Amino acid sequence: MRAGLLAEGVVGGTRAPLDRGALLQLLGLGLAGVVGLGALLAVLSLWTGSGAADGVDAATSTVTLALSEEPPQLDATRTTDQVSGRILGHVMEGLLRYDARNRLVPGVAEIWEIGETSASFRLRADAVWSNGEPVTAHDFIFAWQKALDPANASQYAFILYPLKNGEAINRGQLPPSALAARAEGDRTLVVELERPVPYFAKLLAFPTYFPINEAFYRSREGRYAADAEDLLYNGPFTIARWVHGASVRLEKNQRYWNADAIRLNAIDYAYITSDANASLNFYKDGKIAMTGLNSENLRDALQNRWNIRRFTDGSVFFMEFNYREGRLTRNWHLRRAMQLVNDPAELVYKVIKVPGNLPGASLFPVWLKGVRGYFRQEYPAPTTRVNEAEARRHLELAKEQLGLTEMPSLVMLTGDSDSANKQSEYYQNVFKRRLGLDIKIDRQIFKQRLAKMTSGEFDIVMAGWGPDYDDPMTFGDLFASWNENNRGRYANAELDAAVDTARSSMDPKVRMDAMAEVQRILHEDAVVLVNYERGSVYVANPQLKGVVRRAVGTDPDFTHAWIEAPGQPSDLAATEHPSAEAEGHAGG
Amino acid sequence: MSEADMTTGTGVPSFAPVPTSATEAQVISRPSLSYWQDAWRRLKANRRALISLWIVVGLLLFTVFGPFVWRVDPDDQDLDQISKPLGPASAATVATAFEPWAGVYNTLGPLPDTSVAADRLLAPAELVAVGEATTQAVRLSWQPNRTARGASGWRVYRNLYDPAPDHALGLPVGEILNPAETGFEDRLDLEPRRYFYSVLPLDAWGAESSNYITLSVDVKRVITAEEAVVKGLADDALELAPGDSVELAFHPLGTDYLGRDMLARLMHGARVSLFIGIVASFVYVAFGILYGAAAGFAGGRVDQLLMRFADFVVALPFLLFMILFRILFGVESGDSGIAPMLVAMVLLSWPATARLVRGQILQIREEGYVGAARLLGARSVWLVMRHMIPNTMGVILVTLTFAVPSAIFTEAFLSFIGMGVAPPTPSWGSMCNEGLKTMLTTPHELIAPALFISITVLAFNLLGDGLRDALDARMRSTE
Amino acid sequence: MGRYILRRLVQGVITVWFIATATFFAMHNVPGDPLQSDKAVSAEIRANLEARYGLDKPLMEQYFIYLANMAQGDFGISFTQQNREVNDIIAEHFRISAALGILAIAFAALGGILWGALTALYRNRLPDIVIMLLVILGISVPGFVFAGLGQLGVVNLNAALGFTLFPVGGWGTVSHMIVPALVLGLGTMAFLTRLMRSSMLEIANADFLRTARAKGLPANRIFRKHQLRNAILPVVTVLGPSIAAITTGGFVVELVFAIPGLGRYFVQAVQQSDYTVIMGTTVFYGAFLVFMVIVVDIIYGFVDPRVRLE
Repeated sequence: MRAGLLAEGVVGGTRAPLDRGALLQLLGLGLAGVVGLGALLAVLSLWTGSGAADGVDAATSTVTLALSEEPPQLDATRTTDQVSGRILGHVMEGLLRYDARNRLVPGVAEIWEIGETSASFRLRADAVWSNGEPVTAHDFIFAWQKALDPANASQYAFILYPLKNGEAINRGQLPPSALAARAEGDRTLVVELERPVPYFAKLLAFPTYFPINEAFYRSREGRYAADAEDLLYNGPFTIARWVHGASVRLEKNQRYWNADAIRLNAIDYAYITSDANASLNFYKDGKIAMTGLNSENLRDALQNRWNIRRFTDGSVFFMEFNYREGRLTRNWHLRRAMQLVNDPAELVYKVIKVPGNLPGASLFPVWLKGVRGYFRQEYPAPTTRVNEAEARRHLELAKEQLGLTEMPSLVMLTGDSDSANKQSEYYQNVFKRRLGLDIKIDRQIFKQRLAKMTSGEFDIVMAGWGPDYDDPMTFGDLFASWNENNRGRYANAELDAAVDTARSSMDPKVRMDAMAEVQRILHEDAVVLVNYERGSVYVANPQLKGVVRRAVGTDPDFTHAWIEAPGQPSDLAATEHPSAEAEGHAGG
Repeated sequence: MSEADMTTGTGVPSFAPVPTSATEAQVISRPSLSYWQDAWRRLKANRRALISLWIVVGLLLFTVFGPFVWRVDPDDQDLDQISKPLGPASAATVATAFEPWAGVYNTLGPLPDTSVAADRLLAPAELVAVGEATTQAVRLSWQPNRTARGASGWRVYRNLYDPAPDHALGLPVGEILNPAETGFEDRLDLEPRRYFYSVLPLDAWGAESSNYITLSVDVKRVITAEEAVVKGLADDALELAPGDSVELAFHPLGTDYLGRDMLARLMHGARVSLFIGIVASFVYVAFGILYGAAAGFAGGRVDQLLMRFADFVVALPFLLFMILFRILFGVESGDSGIAPMLVAMVLLSWPATARLVRGQILQIREEGYVGAARLLGARSVWLVMRHMIPNTMGVILVTLTFAVPSAIFTEAFLSFIGMGVAPPTPSWGSMCNEGLKTMLTTPHELIAPALFISITVLAFNLLGDGLRDALDARMRSTE
Repeated sequence: MGRYILRRLVQGVITVWFIATATFFAMHNVPGDPLQSDKAVSAEIRANLEARYGLDKPLMEQYFIYLANMAQGDFGISFTQQNREVNDIIAEHFRISAALGILAIAFAALGGILWGALTALYRNRLPDIVIMLLVILGISVPGFVFAGLGQLGVVNLNAALGFTLFPVGGWGTVSHMIVPALVLGLGTMAFLTRLMRSSMLEIANADFLRTARAKGLPANRIFRKHQLRNAILPVVTVLGPSIAAITTGGFVVELVFAIPGLGRYFVQAVQQSDYTVIMGTTVFYGAFLVFMVIVVDIIYGFVDPRVRLE
C-alpha cells in the first residue's frame, strides 16, 4: 500500500489542480479521438454499399435467407457440395425435374422414353438460355463430355457412368467424343446406356446432368461460373448479384419457359455464416425467413412459440470398420460384441436430442421406395437388442481367436464438428462402460480425416452417406468390394453378387429382394454399425409458403414458394403449416 | 568481594573492555536486504497481491488435490441427468427395465384421398397415455376420426407450454407414415415435468391438417434397479422394488451436455488450462525477454538480424504450424495433444514480448545509470540482468498477466475450430466453448468455466500488479 | 532516413521469402491434400487430378514453380473456390478485414490510452478500481463469448426499440461495422489500458519529470508533453503487431457477424488444405505484418527522441 501512496504523491505534487487539469486534457484528447473515429467511419463508409432488407417482403415477393458457406463451385460438371447444389437447382434445369410433391416431371425434356439400354428425349422448343439462345441437345452432350473428360477432373463424373463409354472416357481410355449420346437436330437427344439402369430417370435431375452452352463456356476462357456474369442460366431463376463471401441474390428468370408458375421475384441469400447461433439471431431479428435449430436452442424456440417443422435430410450416419490386413476389426466376434452394445435409440434420444433424427436400424433409410411402398416397410431391418452379457462373451471369443489376453485400444477416426465430438465421446464411453473396450478418439479436420480414411489409418471411422439419387442402390453399393467409398475395404462375394443383381435387373421385385439381401448381410456380418438417420428441425416465417424440403434433389426448394401478405387471418401460426407439403416424404 | 563477585553471574567481568572487531563495527543494525528479499517484503505488505497469491495457490491445490477429494470420473456420463443445473440431488422412482413397445394398430379407416385438402381431415379422437408416463418413455394412443376422409399418416408434437392460445404445437417429435398405426412412443430427452402432446393427421401428400388434439402428460423420473446398482446408487438390485425411491448421483455444480460432472471436469480441465496457461506463457515470455534484451542491448547488426527473425516468426501461420507440430511430435491418435500445442505456442508467441522488451531496452540503454555502470566496468550480462531487465519489469509483468489468459484462450480457440485437446480430456476453454451454445437454456455450463478463467486471470493480474510494485527497481529507490 | 527505409524494405522482402518457404514445406508435410473429397476416386482419376494441378511433380520443382509465379504476383487459383484466383480473393476480402481491423484498433487505441491515463491518474481510487475490474473482465472472457453476447445484445436491443438500430450481422454500411469492431477491439483495448496505466506509473517516478517540476513548468504541460508522451511509447510498440493480429485474427467475429473477411477464408483454407489460398494469404499477411513493423519502427523514431534510426 505504501508504495502506491508514494507513487501517487509523486504524480500529484500539487494534487488537486493537476488532477483537474490532466482530466480536462484527457477529455480534450478523448473528444479529438472520437471526432477522429467519426471521420474514420465516414471514410470507411465510402468503401461499402447499402443495407439489407427484411426476411420476407410481400410487396416485392422477395425472401431473404442465409447460406452456411459461399457456394464453392457453380460449374455443374464439377460441383460436389450441397450449397452449390441448392443454388444450381434454382438457376439451372436438367432434362427432368422434381415438382412440389417430389414427382419427376418434365424439365427441358418435353417427352422422353427410356428403354433398357437406350433413351431418347424430345426437348421443349421454349427452353432458352438467359441470353435468349435455345437450349439444345448439343448443350447436354457438351456438358456430359466435359464432366467425363479426365482433364476436367470432375469428382462426380461417376454418376455419368451409366452412359455408354462414360467410364472409359473418364479413365482416359477413350476420347470424350466417344460418348454414346447424339443430337438428332437441336431438339432430339438420344443416348445409349452401358447396361440396363433401372433408376436412370432419377439421375436426370442431378446437377452433373445439367446442360452447358458450349459457345458461352468457351468464351469465358476458364472463368466459367466464377462470377454471376460468367454463367448462363436456363432455370426458374438467375443469379443477379454475387458478392463473394457476402451474398448471392437470385432473381426470377423472365425467359424461363414456365416463368408464369414462379411466384417469387427474388431469393436473396444476404448472409453467409456457418454459425448456427448467428443464423438464429438473424431470424429473431426478422432479417431471414428460415433457420435451422439445434438441440441447444430448441427450448428457446419453444419459449418464442415458433412453429417448428421437421425434415429428414436423407443421410445415414454409421461406424465403419477397417477390414485391411492386420486390423483387429477384421474379427467378426469383436464387431459383433460392439454391435451388441450399440444402442442407437439412446444416442438419438439422449445425446443428439433433435426430433427428426431416427435411431439407425439399417443402412437403407426409411424414406427409400421399395417395390410398391417404402422399402423398409416391405423388408423390415433385422434388429439387435443391447445384450451386455452376450457382447462380453463375443469379446472373449474375439480375444481367443486373435490370441490376445488383453484387447488393445481401438482407434476411432472422427471429424471436428460439434456433433462428431459429442457422438464420439458418447461411443467411447459406451464401449468402455459396457464392454471394457478402450477407444482412442482421433479427431481430424476435414481433409486430414479424408486422407486417413483413404489410407486406412483407423480401426473404426465415424462416417455418413447422403443419397445421390432416389433409389436404394445409392446406399446399396456402398460396401461392394469395388466401391472406392468403401473406406474399410470390406469384401464379400455374396454381397457383391447381390449388388450386381440389383444393379442390372429391371424387375423391381428382384432388385429389392437383392437389396434386402444386402441389408441382411450388413447386419449379420456386423459390417457397419448404423447410428442414425439424420433429420433436423427448423423454423420459417409464417408468411413464407410452399417451400419444399426433400432428401434427394434441391433442398430447400423455393421454386414453388410464395409470400402471403401479412395480417391475413389464415396466418394464425398453427392453422397453416406452409412448407408441410411433401415434408419428410422424399419422392411422391 | 572476590574478583568473582564482580561478575554478573555470566562469568563476564562487569567492566571488562568490549572486544572490538573491525567487521562487527561495520555491521549495520538493520539486516541487509537483497533485491529479492526486499521484493518479497514489499509484496507481503500488499494485501491484494497476497490474497491473489493465495488464490493462485488455492487453484493449484484445486487442480492437484481436487480429484483426490472429489473422486468422480470426469468422463463418466450420467445420461439420466444431462445438462442438470447446479443444486441438490434429485430422486427417482425404481421401475422395471425398458421393454420395446409393439405400438398400437388400428383397422384401416377410409383410404387417403389425394383430392382432399389437408384441412378437411378431422383431428383424431381419444388421445390417451398408455401406461405410466416416465422418463423412459411416454406412450400415446388415439383413434382415427372415422367420419372423415382418411389420413396418410400422423404427426405428433410435444410442447413445454400450453399450445392453446396460438396453436404453438411445439416440437414435432414423431411422424408416422402409416394411417393404421395410431400409437406413438416418445423417448426424446424426457424430463420429469409436464408435457403437452398434440396429434394431427397428414394428407396424402404429407401436408398437415390444422385440426389437432392435445393431451397434457406428467412425466415421472424413473430408474431401473440394475441401473441404480451400476451407478452405485444402491448395493443390491434385489433390495429395490418397483416404486421405491432412489437418490440419484449428486452433482454439486451440475452436469454438462453428456451428463458429466461439472466439478470433476473443472478440476481435470484445470490441469490442461492452468498447465498451458502458466507453462506456455512463462516460457515464451521468458524467452521473449532474453531475446528482446539481447537484441536491444547488442544493437546494430545483431539487433537487426534478431528482429527480422522475430518478424519472420510472427508472420508464420499459427494454425498450420500447430498441425505440423502435432505431426512432428508423432501425436498418436487418442493422445491429448497438449505437448505439441505447448511447443507451438512457445515457438510462435514469443516475438511480441521480445519486441516490447527490446523497445524498452533501447530506451534504458540511454539512461544515465547504465552509462555510469558501464563506466564502472560492469560486464554486459550484469548490465542487462541487473539494470535493464528489472527496469522493464512493469511492462514484462503486464505482458505476462495477459499471456496467461491468452494462452488459455488460444487452447479454447483451437477447441473451437476442432484442433484443441483430444476428447474426452476437458479444458476450461473447450468447456466455455460448449457452454456458449447452451448459454440461454443452461447457463451454468458457460458460467462455471468462465468464472474459473476469470478468477485465474484476476489473481494473476493483481499478483502481477503487486509484483510490479515489489520488483520495480525504481520503486525501491524511493523508499 | 531514406537509406534506412530502403534497407528495411529489402530485409522485409527476404523475410517474406523465408515465410513463404517455411509455409510451403510445412503445408506439404501435413497429411491431407485439397484433392481429397467425400466421394472417393480411383487411382487413375486421382492421378489425373494431380496432373491437372501440378501436384504430381517433385516437391522442389513445385516450390520453384511457385516462387517464380509468386515473383510475378500470381498466387494461382483456389482449390475450394475453384474458379477464383487467389489474388481476387485477397483483394476482395482483405479490404473488409482491414476496414474492420482499422476501426477496431482505432477504438482500442483511443480507449486504451484514455482509460490507461485515467486509471494512472486516479491510482487506487474508485475510477481506477472500476476500470481495472472492467479490464479484467475484458481479458478473462474469450473473444467468441463476446461475439456471441454482442450479437445477442443487438437482437434484444432491436427488439426492445422496435426498429433496427444496429444490424445483427452482414456487411454493407457503417452501422454493420460498429458492433463487430467494438467486440473485436475489446480484448486489445483491455490490454492497452493495462499497458498504458503501468507505463504512466513508471514514468511518474522518472527523473526528467522531477526535473521538469523543479524547473517550475506548468503541471498541465508536464503531464501532456512529458508524462503522456513518454508513456505512450510501449503502446505504440505493440500497436504494429496488434494491427496485424486484429486484421488477421478476426475469424470468430467474421464468422458470428457473417462478415466476408479474409480471416474466414484463411481458417477455411487450412481446414480444407487449400494450398494456393494458404500460401497466398500467408505470404500476403506476412508482407503486411513486416510492413507494419517497419512503419511502427519509423513512427517510433519520431515519437521517441532518444531512439535514433541509424
